[in-house]
Amino acid sequence: MVERFQEIKARLGVPRLIIIGFVLALFVTAFATGMPIGPLVSASLVRIGMNGTLVLAMVPTIAAGVGLNFGLSVGILCGLVGALISMEMGLRGFTGFFAGILFSLPFAVIAGWAYAVLLNKVKGQEMMVGTYVGFSSVAVMCIFWLLAPFRNPEMVWAIGGQGLRYTLTLDKYFGKVLNKLLLVSIGQWEFPLGLLGFFGILCLLVHLFFKTKVGMAVKAAGANPRFAQASGIDPDRTRTVGVILSTVLGAIGIIVYAQSYGFLQLYMAPQMMGFPAVAAILIGGATLRDARISHVVLGTALFQTLLTIALPVTSRVIEGDISEVARLIISNGMILYALTRRDGREIA
Amino acid sequence: MAYALEMRGITKSYFGNTVLKGVDIAVKSGEIHALVGENGAGKSTLMNILFGMPVIHNTGGFEGEIIVDGQKVEITSPIDAMNLGIGMVHQEFMLLPGFTVTENIKLNRELGRPNIVSRILGKKFELLDMDQMAKDSRQALDKLGVDIDEWLPIAGLPVGYMQFVEIAREIDKSNMRILVFDEPTAVLTEAEAELFLRAIKRLAESGLAILFISHRLDEVVGVAHEVTVLRDGEVVGHLPGSEARVDKLAELMVGRKVERPALPPRKKEPSDDDIILEIRDLSVDMPGERLSGFNLKVRRGEIIGIGGLAGHGKVGLANGIMGLYPSSGTVLKDGEELPLNNPKEALRRGFAFVSEDRRGVGLLLDESIENNIAFTSSQIQNRFLRQRLPLESLQVRDNQAVRQYALEAIKNLDIRCQGPEQPVRRLSGGNQQKVCLARALALSPEILFASEPTRGIDVGAKSLVLDLLVRFNRELGMTVIMTSSELAELRMICDRIAIVYQGRLVGILSPDASDVEYGLMMAGKKRAEVS
Repeated sequence: MVERFQEIKARLGVPRLIIIGFVLALFVTAFATGMPIGPLVSASLVRIGMNGTLVLAMVPTIAAGVGLNFGLSVGILCGLVGALISMEMGLRGFTGFFAGILFSLPFAVIAGWAYAVLLNKVKGQEMMVGTYVGFSSVAVMCIFWLLAPFRNPEMVWAIGGQGLRYTLTLDKYFGKVLNKLLLVSIGQWEFPLGLLGFFGILCLLVHLFFKTKVGMAVKAAGANPRFAQASGIDPDRTRTVGVILSTVLGAIGIIVYAQSYGFLQLYMAPQMMGFPAVAAILIGGATLRDARISHVVLGTALFQTLLTIALPVTSRVIEGDISEVARLIISNGMILYALTRRDGREIA
Repeated sequence: MAYALEMRGITKSYFGNTVLKGVDIAVKSGEIHALVGENGAGKSTLMNILFGMPVIHNTGGFEGEIIVDGQKVEITSPIDAMNLGIGMVHQEFMLLPGFTVTENIKLNRELGRPNIVSRILGKKFELLDMDQMAKDSRQALDKLGVDIDEWLPIAGLPVGYMQFVEIAREIDKSNMRILVFDEPTAVLTEAEAELFLRAIKRLAESGLAILFISHRLDEVVGVAHEVTVLRDGEVVGHLPGSEARVDKLAELMVGRKVERPALPPRKKEPSDDDIILEIRDLSVDMPGERLSGFNLKVRRGEIIGIGGLAGHGKVGLANGIMGLYPSSGTVLKDGEELPLNNPKEALRRGFAFVSEDRRGVGLLLDESIENNIAFTSSQIQNRFLRQRLPLESLQVRDNQAVRQYALEAIKNLDIRCQGPEQPVRRLSGGNQQKVCLARALALSPEILFASEPTRGIDVGAKSLVLDLLVRFNRELGMTVIMTSSELAELRMICDRIAIVYQGRLVGILSPDASDVEYGLMMAGKKRAEVS
């Protein structure tokens, strides 16, 4: 029994055990106070599918040796542009959803490339620079949202007819299309199979990517640039590939997120969206040098479940809401914890 | 006359591996004592002991005693050594580039002038007495007989002058009695070196005891009053300066009976009629191992050794041709020019490289054995890929082919492991090296560069690795260019051995050439000059 526990501890690491313990404690409290478990689980599953792709976007940069992509906002902004174009064209349902992704791709590739060129010039400080690239591109895009030539009356301000609104409702466009796809209900329990399936397919594609020739090169150059060089690989190029892939996943991620949320949030909203994703993959056990799909799945599941059930459960036990505070403590604390282990190897 | 410094019966082992065996050395005041020996002879370990470096005490200390001015002393830290008046001039300069010569000489020993604040708050608040400091520096520089303005900043001084500032700093310390120079002339030009040698003669005349570590034998012969030769951790010779001659020292330094095993015969012996690789005027900018104007012709099917002392550029050759460090010149393979600074092209043209930096360049430590073996060849030759997609870079790894090849390699090269999925980090040095060799072999190269292939692996594994190189050469007809600091192993398996000195080829020796010839060539003397 003890040995078995030691083995689990060694495989998962202490931080994960603590968080798993915390999540379990919340479920027990929920059960004890007579809350229905079904809706809690269902809501958690939706949150997992909703955020998973953004977390997945961290994998390529870590594998490429760039570290955590704190500038994920770059990809998010490209996704938003794609979604807006799709809305402007009046595309609805799945057509609108996939068109949004399709339109965002060229932007994501170009922006990712430019971002990578910059990151290649600041090796060793990618995460710091990335954070500020994210912040400043959000600010620049604030001007774009005001001046962009969108004409759809449901998107622009009612008065003046110029400039996009802060929050756009997706109901008539592609809101909840994935959430509703293959939604299986058993009593109070709901399983958004379509949403989770989409996330699963993307995970599989990223996994396959790292088995291809170029994917192996990206990984090798990330682990040991000098080894890669001796094998005829240009580490700068593989880093670029990693950053572009991450940016593209960020763009897809925000469209998945938005359809699930039902709204498209512009202006300052994307500023901090990368941080929960960073926290989630770290909670899953990734380090600054090693990230696997399993870290993405485990981390997203733990982090989002925690956030989803913390609010209803704690508000039942103590009056008031600590979920937002808990979210900030956990996400920022986890990032801090990971960054203090620069080498990334000894992280528990 | 009493000795200023005596070290008696110094024995030191690292983890059961004895690196110094009963070394005795004694230096008189006013005398220059030279310590010579090959790389790994134990010179640096001896100096680490003298300076009480932590690396010695963390590994179980040493046996023997150190006597300064007739008194037995315990030196447990570099500060103890400093207090006893033992100083060291480092190989790398420890100078602040933005500070002036004076400031550097007086660094951390500044002279102060008391003022009101310092009377209340203590010595740290004294103002600097720049004039006095400059005067002291001037005096130290004059003692060396060099004419450097003490007000100049370090940045921008020629390298040789930096060396003098470094020395001036040591002799400015008032209690300095014993001064150690570790390869002081390695970075100097010839004119600077001459100036330097004159300076240390003056220092000795002023009464300092000087311990001079070098492997430039001609310098040693010129200045030393006494010479001690170290080989494999033992004193193999001790002679007065008047009897020291370059060839004698060289023989003592290298001297080692080498058993050359009978190597399997070839169908056709390599000859100058069939040149596979011609290197003309190659310069490689590899820090610490620079090559400049290197020329060599490599015969098809031979094992050629590249020897020479550390820092003279032998390692730069392979790294340069493989495109890992900036290089210029002409490299012809089969008469065709190889584009330089392009690792991919070098690999495509049939070169493979086993790096001297096994853990840094040679391996992906956290990847499995099979991934390491298959990696380069899948990137360069598209081997081990499932060729279903037309787009080459998106072809997926063929796990089955990789596994099959890895299992074969593990068997053929006798890699001791738990299986092809074991991460290479957990393998022993020798087995890691075999993985590196297997990775090179997967490329089916025509020319294999093996840089220091036996460095840091145990004796048994060494001979296995050497056997593998011979097998690659004899069975697969691979031309092997092997670089090694261990002359003995070069002489064991090579057909010819090229000696590099200061970035250039000095000459090519047969493995049966005498120790004297090797010693001299490694000290930069051509055969014709031997008389």
